[in-house]
Amino acid sequence: MTILVEQPSGSRRKTGLLELRGLAVEYGFGPRPARAVDGVDLALQEGEVLGLAGESGCGKTTIANAVLQILRPPARIAAGSILFEGEDILGKSTDDLRRYRWRNVSMVLQSAMNALNPVMRVGDQFVDAMRAHEKINRKRALARAGELLELVGIDHRRVSSYPHQLSGGMRQRVVIAMALSLEPELIILDEPTTALDVVVQREILQQVEALKRDFGFAVLFITHDLSLLLEFADRIAIMYAGEIVETAPAARLAENPQHPYTQGLLRSFPPLSGPLTPLTGIPGSPPDLRDPPTGCRFHPRCPHCLPEQADLYRRQTTERPTLRVIEQGHEVACHLVAEGAE
Amino acid sequence: MRWFARRLVFYVFALWVALTINFLLPRMMPGSPIDGILQHLTPAQLAANPGIVKTYEALVGGGNNSIWQDYITYLSRIVHLDFGVSTSHYPAPVSQVIGQTLPYSIFLVGVAFFLSFLIGTGIGMFAAWRRGGAVDNILVPTFMALSAFPAFFTALLGLYFLGLKAGWFPIQHAYDNGLSPGFNWEFLSSAFRHAQLPILVILAAYTGGWMLNMRTVMINTIGEDYVTMAHAKGLSDRRVMTWYAGRNAILPPLNGFAALFASAVGGLVFIEYIFSYPGAGLTLQQAVLGNDYALAQALLVVLSVCVIVANLLMDVLNLILDPRLRTG
Repeated sequence: MTILVEQPSGSRRKTGLLELRGLAVEYGFGPRPARAVDGVDLALQEGEVLGLAGESGCGKTTIANAVLQILRPPARIAAGSILFEGEDILGKSTDDLRRYRWRNVSMVLQSAMNALNPVMRVGDQFVDAMRAHEKINRKRALARAGELLELVGIDHRRVSSYPHQLSGGMRQRVVIAMALSLEPELIILDEPTTALDVVVQREILQQVEALKRDFGFAVLFITHDLSLLLEFADRIAIMYAGEIVETAPAARLAENPQHPYTQGLLRSFPPLSGPLTPLTGIPGSPPDLRDPPTGCRFHPRCPHCLPEQADLYRRQTTERPTLRVIEQGHEVACHLVAEGAE
Repeated sequence: MRWFARRLVFYVFALWVALTINFLLPRMMPGSPIDGILQHLTPAQLAANPGIVKTYEALVGGGNNSIWQDYITYLSRIVHLDFGVSTSHYPAPVSQVIGQTLPYSIFLVGVAFFLSFLIGTGIGMFAAWRRGGAVDNILVPTFMALSAFPAFFTALLGLYFLGLKAGWFPIQHAYDNGLSPGFNWEFLSSAFRHAQLPILVILAAYTGGWMLNMRTVMINTIGEDYVTMAHAKGLSDRRVMTWYAGRNAILPPLNGFAALFASAVGGLVFIEYIFSYPGAGLTLQQAVLGNDYALAQALLVVLSVCVIVANLLMDVLNLILDPRLRTG
């Protein structure tokens, strides 16, 4: 992975496009709120595809919603900051936030099939997005919507269709085209293809890749399908129970996963090439985030957490591991991995 | 469009059922309605209306014809709006009595229902959008409490406190005594003033229903992905609330319109009676008390038709608001 960061002229410090620092998001109030995201550090460079993978409920979508600031109560940001081009968006006014959404960061929702307003024509939903951000008359906006549709392989006349007149895959493409409509620097893809069959899935991802080459946007790709990320992402971050447990360039993560959770995830789908190995998966289920396990959150499910190794066991069950760099670009939060190993 | 055609067929069927029940009802009642009617008319009046007995026989039964013959005659009389002569308003024909009273009711219920729909869905939408906000905490319980009373009770309260005690509204009739109905400012303004209190009562009684319905659906709609996406697109809060959430949330309450409207027509009798408002409801009550079978029967027919037409209008509105129905 190459990091070629071109700083926007207004920015004072050298940062990436998007940077999360110690981000914590809580759901609910009172003595035991659930921390869906707990102290996440994540950085995304311009034009980069960052994959974010983990089981359902580990906080992936919450991160996406936090970045766009569309968390709904009872969710709230409890700590940390979200820097976009070096500027903390948590301090922005409602109006500034409104302008930032979609213009700077757009999003393809988890179930993009339901992301279109069923009672509005597709074109008008483009027009709405465009006219919320710039002065453009309806006719020109509709024409541009048509061009965007053609980009994703849909006839421009479909601007006058209603969502229910389109197939699931088409709707997905429409949402992708809509996400491009203001040429944002970052597009968040939140499980964009989960509801589609594998063939359509592949087509759409290839299309996104082609568009990315033309438009040069960065992608935050959220999915539970690690096999998809290995192909598509430059870098992958693995999330478990609200924390990032490992980040590495995609190729390296595939070859040399360090965290037992990552290893488990990689063993839970068959390799695309090479000999078949038995799938093992990860026993147990994710913890209750209102009362996460002490120490390493993964320790109740970790195959390497054994009472026999008393010293290690004590650390695993009482000390929270932090992300440590074990090699350029590869960070792991695990007691098993010594700093600077290899 | 197929959906609409199906609805139309259903309404024609509903109309036929209503007409048939209306035909059978007086025939199943104990006693002889025709004698009841005829005893209100003097022999001279009968002589002045040749064929009136036949009309009545067709409408309420009691002649020597078979029930099938009566049924055919009954249907054809209704098609020609010939309901006979009203015995309580002699010599006015029933159709004329209805023509004079129904417009008041349509005005009253039409305006009141439109307003209660507008206010109710508006409040419901906003209350759901700002859950736990001022609107949700004050207006919602207020309207819920108001709509918990039966309409006639609210009407009595309104009549006593706002009409009699405070003197803010006229307490009876549809216009000032001494005016005659006509299309002039004096009459219309008077009619409007007299309608205010009854409309207020209907608002109090029915707004809560719309409001709760809308609020519930809206809360679910806010969780829809297209609302999240609308937020993400950077649209203004108002645009998201109205065009994305509200516009979709309004469809289910509209479909619940039928039941609410039918109950409102029932409540109309009480409200018009309490305010001595000379509409179809009050006339119906008087016709029943005065054994004016012909008038009562005709009013029932007309009110059924009104309910059906109102539903039909709602379906058309639905068709306009929901594109999925148009292609379905």
